[in-house]
Amino acid sequence: MSLPRSPERPAGRGRLAVLFEQAIELLIRLCGISAIVFVFGIFFFVFREGAPYLAQLDLGAFLFSSDWYPSNDPAHYGAGALLLGTLSVTLLAMLMAVPFGLGAAVFVSEFSAPRTREVLKIVIELLAAVPSVVWGFIGMSVLGPLIKDVFQVPLGVNMFNAALLLALMSVPIIVSIGEDALKAVPDSYREAALALGATRWQTVFRMLFPAAKNGLLAAVLLGVGRAIGETMAVLMATGHSARIPTSLFDPVQTLTATIAAELGEARQGSEHYQVLFLIGVLLFTLTFAVNLTADLVVKGIRRK
Amino acid sequence: MSAPAEHGISTSDLCLWYGAFQALKRVDLEVKHGLITALIGPSGCGKTTLLRCFNRVNERYGSVTTTGLIRIRGKNVYDADVSLIELRRRVGMVFQRPNPLPLSVYENVVFGLRIHAEKRPPKSVLDEAVEKALTEVGLWKDLRDRLQAKATGLQLEQQQKLCIARLLPLKPEVILMDEPCSALDVEGTRAIEELMFALKGKYTILIVTHNMAQARRASDECAFMLLGELIEHTRTENLFLNPSNPKTAEYIEGRYG
Repeated sequence: MSLPRSPERPAGRGRLAVLFEQAIELLIRLCGISAIVFVFGIFFFVFREGAPYLAQLDLGAFLFSSDWYPSNDPAHYGAGALLLGTLSVTLLAMLMAVPFGLGAAVFVSEFSAPRTREVLKIVIELLAAVPSVVWGFIGMSVLGPLIKDVFQVPLGVNMFNAALLLALMSVPIIVSIGEDALKAVPDSYREAALALGATRWQTVFRMLFPAAKNGLLAAVLLGVGRAIGETMAVLMATGHSARIPTSLFDPVQTLTATIAAELGEARQGSEHYQVLFLIGVLLFTLTFAVNLTADLVVKGIRRK
Repeated sequence: MSAPAEHGISTSDLCLWYGAFQALKRVDLEVKHGLITALIGPSGCGKTTLLRCFNRVNERYGSVTTTGLIRIRGKNVYDADVSLIELRRRVGMVFQRPNPLPLSVYENVVFGLRIHAEKRPPKSVLDEAVEKALTEVGLWKDLRDRLQAKATGLQLEQQQKLCIARLLPLKPEVILMDEPCSALDVEGTRAIEELMFALKGKYTILIVTHNMAQARRASDECAFMLLGELIEHTRTENLFLNPSNPKTAEYIEGRYG
């Protein structure tokens, strides 16, 4: 018997092979770390563009004032209406998307026949593949006139219109992640509930929802993330007017749409330009908080 | 032998097909009420399939065809006026792997009461049911302070006892057990068997087991199945000491299985 060689050079491998192995490992390591680098890089550059304005920023006015007059003299940069616009459109969208999306997830996972399930999943994923500018177009040219007629309101592009679009855009995410969460519940639990005499609905409400609640919550939060970050559709369908909305059919303006609409016109390095970047930071913080919550919640599933 | 006891379960000419495969062939079985009856036989002989006929949980899978009669306490389970939900209240089932619901211990025990109640049962009724059921299976002392703990985090033996406990508030007449001890160690097996003895008399207990020693020590009557047929059904000591069918004799001697 011979003595084992050093672990760095396994028997039968040349120096080159070992080097190659190490190089590959390094490459993969870099790929893994790059995501972190990119995220921090983006945050850093966005923040750097907006930072000079921080010295004169009145945080209270920025967050809560609804006076958004960037081209006045002196200009007012109150993003309160924009923040409210984003939050209200997102909330309204979720009120529609969550019941609908979770209901669809339950149907796909628990009630549909295998063939129906396959068809439904493909179609739902197709819904996720529609580009957002197409959604915006539908909002302006189809939903807008429809809302005007049905609800007898002066303007068809408004909060309700945009929320409806956002709901349609987040439903596919909620359905596919929600369905995964429901599928992950072991079949033995369903059998236990049924053998105790539960109906299928009782099984869903009393057993399945509690068992899959973390996954379902993550599905909802990812849907929220999608809705908050959406730009093009809301730019086209909200009416884009920075006011505090008083009804569902008032036009609103969101943070994302503001940046998209105004950044091209703002002179680089100007106050307006810097404030738009600060809005970017605000948006970033918002979506980061939502994603982090979703992540922590999903981790919670694995721990159990 | 005493006078024939009332039948807990009886089947006549029961056949069952999974698609084109016939899993049960003309089974005529009479299980006496208040006794523990063991179903034994080699893997794939249809004993679990037979067990799952009695609360009609087989019907979850499509392509299952059943013919013949199944009577639970004299009532045919396929009669049009039989409600599946009511049937499953009367016929409880314990599974091979303990499968407490991913809820608290308390909610597991009252799950049946909640789903069968017309209106919300008051908390006092539920509390009482939990204490009674857990006492009956010998878990009350260990778990009285942990009623809100997750049931899936308990030891396997406790989980299986809990699975039996959650049947009791529904006052079942029959308890079906599908190899209830196969996931448990020696201590756990002993505990479950003792629990079966304690429950005997009030319930018809039908237990599927792979473990012949368990069938021998824990059952009053024993039924031997082979390839979907019921070969022999008699008092346990008779079956093991004087099997009338040579196939039974060969199986209990361990020639195949």
